[in-house]
Amino acid sequence: MKKDMVDMVFEGLLRIGDDNLILGHRTSEWCGHAPTLEEDLALPNIALDLIGHAQALYSIAIQLKSDYNHEDQLAFLRLEHQYKNLLLVEQENGHFGNTILRLFYFSTYMKYFWEQVSINCFFKKLKEFAEKAFLETSYHSKYSSQWVITLGDGTEESNKKMLEAVSNMEPFIGELFDNDEFADISFKNKFLPKPSSIFKNWEKEVKNVLKKGKLNLPEILLKKNGGRKGEHSEIFGFLLSDLQYMQRAFPNSKW
Amino acid sequence: MAEEKKDTDLWEVFIQPKNGLSHRHCGSIHASDRNMAILAARNVYARRGEGQSIWVVKSKDIVSSDPNEKAENFSADDKIYRHPTFYDVPDDVGHM
Amino acid sequence: MNSDTNNSVNEIPLIEEFQKKIDRDEKIEPKDFMPEAYRKTLIRQIGQHAHSEVVGMLPEGNWITRAPTLKRKLSLLAKVQDEAGHGLYLYCAAETLGKSRLEMTEELLSGKAKYSSIFNYPTPTWADIGAIGWLVDGAAIMNQIPLCRCSYGPYARAMIRICKEESFHQRQGYEIMLTLARGTKDQREMAQRALNRWWWPSVMMFGPSDKDSPNTETSVKWKIKRHTNDELREKFIDAIVPQAKKIGLTIPDKDLKWDKKRNNGLGGYAHGKIDWEEFWKVVKGNGPMNNERISSKKKAWDEGLWVRNAARMHASKNQSTVVAAE
Repeated sequence: MKKDMVDMVFEGLLRIGDDNLILGHRTSEWCGHAPTLEEDLALPNIALDLIGHAQALYSIAIQLKSDYNHEDQLAFLRLEHQYKNLLLVEQENGHFGNTILRLFYFSTYMKYFWEQVSINCFFKKLKEFAEKAFLETSYHSKYSSQWVITLGDGTEESNKKMLEAVSNMEPFIGELFDNDEFADISFKNKFLPKPSSIFKNWEKEVKNVLKKGKLNLPEILLKKNGGRKGEHSEIFGFLLSDLQYMQRAFPNSKW
Repeated sequence: MAEEKKDTDLWEVFIQPKNGLSHRHCGSIHASDRNMAILAARNVYARRGEGQSIWVVKSKDIVSSDPNEKAENFSADDKIYRHPTFYDVPDDVGHM
Repeated sequence: MNSDTNNSVNEIPLIEEFQKKIDRDEKIEPKDFMPEAYRKTLIRQIGQHAHSEVVGMLPEGNWITRAPTLKRKLSLLAKVQDEAGHGLYLYCAAETLGKSRLEMTEELLSGKAKYSSIFNYPTPTWADIGAIGWLVDGAAIMNQIPLCRCSYGPYARAMIRICKEESFHQRQGYEIMLTLARGTKDQREMAQRALNRWWWPSVMMFGPSDKDSPNTETSVKWKIKRHTNDELREKFIDAIVPQAKKIGLTIPDKDLKWDKKRNNGLGGYAHGKIDWEEFWKVVKGNGPMNNERISSKKKAWDEGLWVRNAARMHASKNQSTVVAAE
């Protein structure tokens, strides 16, 4: 691969890897604190999948660049602006319904994303990985959609909480479908799908589920973005201080 | 503590390890309805690649026999004509 | 507890038959006759065990977001998740004896039910995660393996599943300790301090000395406990001491010494005096983390109420539409 292609693939792997790592981190915060014991198993299952995806993507990424020899360097030892995840995934969990709605939005997006990658991606390692990732994210989407319907439809109180979640999430959705310069280049090179191309399928499925949960999808505009350029929310620094604590406090140690 | 009077239903979970084998009881879960029950069963009992198909059934819908009637339900295995050795076949016929 | 006191005269032959069944190593199943005291003892024992799994998620869960590598993070997350599963299997086993999950949960959160005191100690460092896996899971598995053969069918089946899943837990803990012990000076010290913190609480995990454990005799007769507390404790110490030596850590007991006369001449370790006052202090609720553990579980439960209510309500609405459509 030529250098500009390597840079493009590396950037793409970081973007998806970081989305998965950071959402996995947030999801793992639920372990031991879920509304039922059954959900105390469900949410860590999902966190394990997401962090597992990040690990797999980072391990593909480090093979492209000689300055890295372990995926943990990417996960733990970058500075804040070097993480390329969406702002959506770094936001605090909020209540269970909020966490679930975010998971539903993200996993439904990723389901279509991985499907496209598994068909069109020129980069074989990612193309192969996409098949497994597609299955797992499809399950996440199914699981979370069931809860969105249940909570939206359940009681007056739960419907109110889900309305709250819908409006909390609204400013962050635009970024999912934002075609920046990288997105255009990587699409032209048959690497990743154009984010905007996923919108139609996503919108149809999300609207359908929200409707069953007596909720409406607001109009999606690009309101908050910056994550892809490394410009994060204030809260992200606290997440990193948890995530990176050990590696920063005890540099160059084996664990 | 917030008061809660009703538990969700208990469901029994059956997993089929692979095609050709029977579904086998592996435990129970709590869930509010059938959709949630299947999800919970998968999340709890299929974490280590245990199988390929899941059944769930509400525990209260299972009809079971009375343990005191064990003797009449499962009478002694004294019907010797049900066993292959009850029948004489010449040795040179081979395995039958 | 005596099995014979609360039973009416016409139950006596049933009780004799029940005991004979147990003596023949047959299992008791949910619908079989069982003396009320057996049922109660089992509910208490399974309940305590389930609560311990569920509360036990907290001290380790504390380190999931801060685990030092992706590999450690994934295995810790999987392990803590397993504990939720184990709690769940056990609550279901208790449910076959007529005690609902809801009742069990309420007893835990109100402070009425007990759980293993070990989880009332804090996990200030990453090395505590290693120490818990190695010592606490090591002690737990000694308790649990004999229970796979216990007389109550659903409990024995839950324990078989649990022991199978637990098999990686102690190894991951020991591997963490081993890595720290072979690491930098800071890491070695962290490991030793964690061992110092967890050693005595782990030794106490097996419960009071046999002479102070009044329930043991009946429980052994009923095969819901198959070894005494002291037997298991000694077995645990004999297993752990050489493992500590192997990685160069020191067991914080200056009276620990090899005694070749123990175990009928096979040898075993004699240990120092156990501080039972400390044990009872923590059991009675005055350990370092008792309040934090329960309030954390209570907070999660209370904050989850609207979710559980919504699920029940959605199900009941759905139920009526299903019926209407039929």
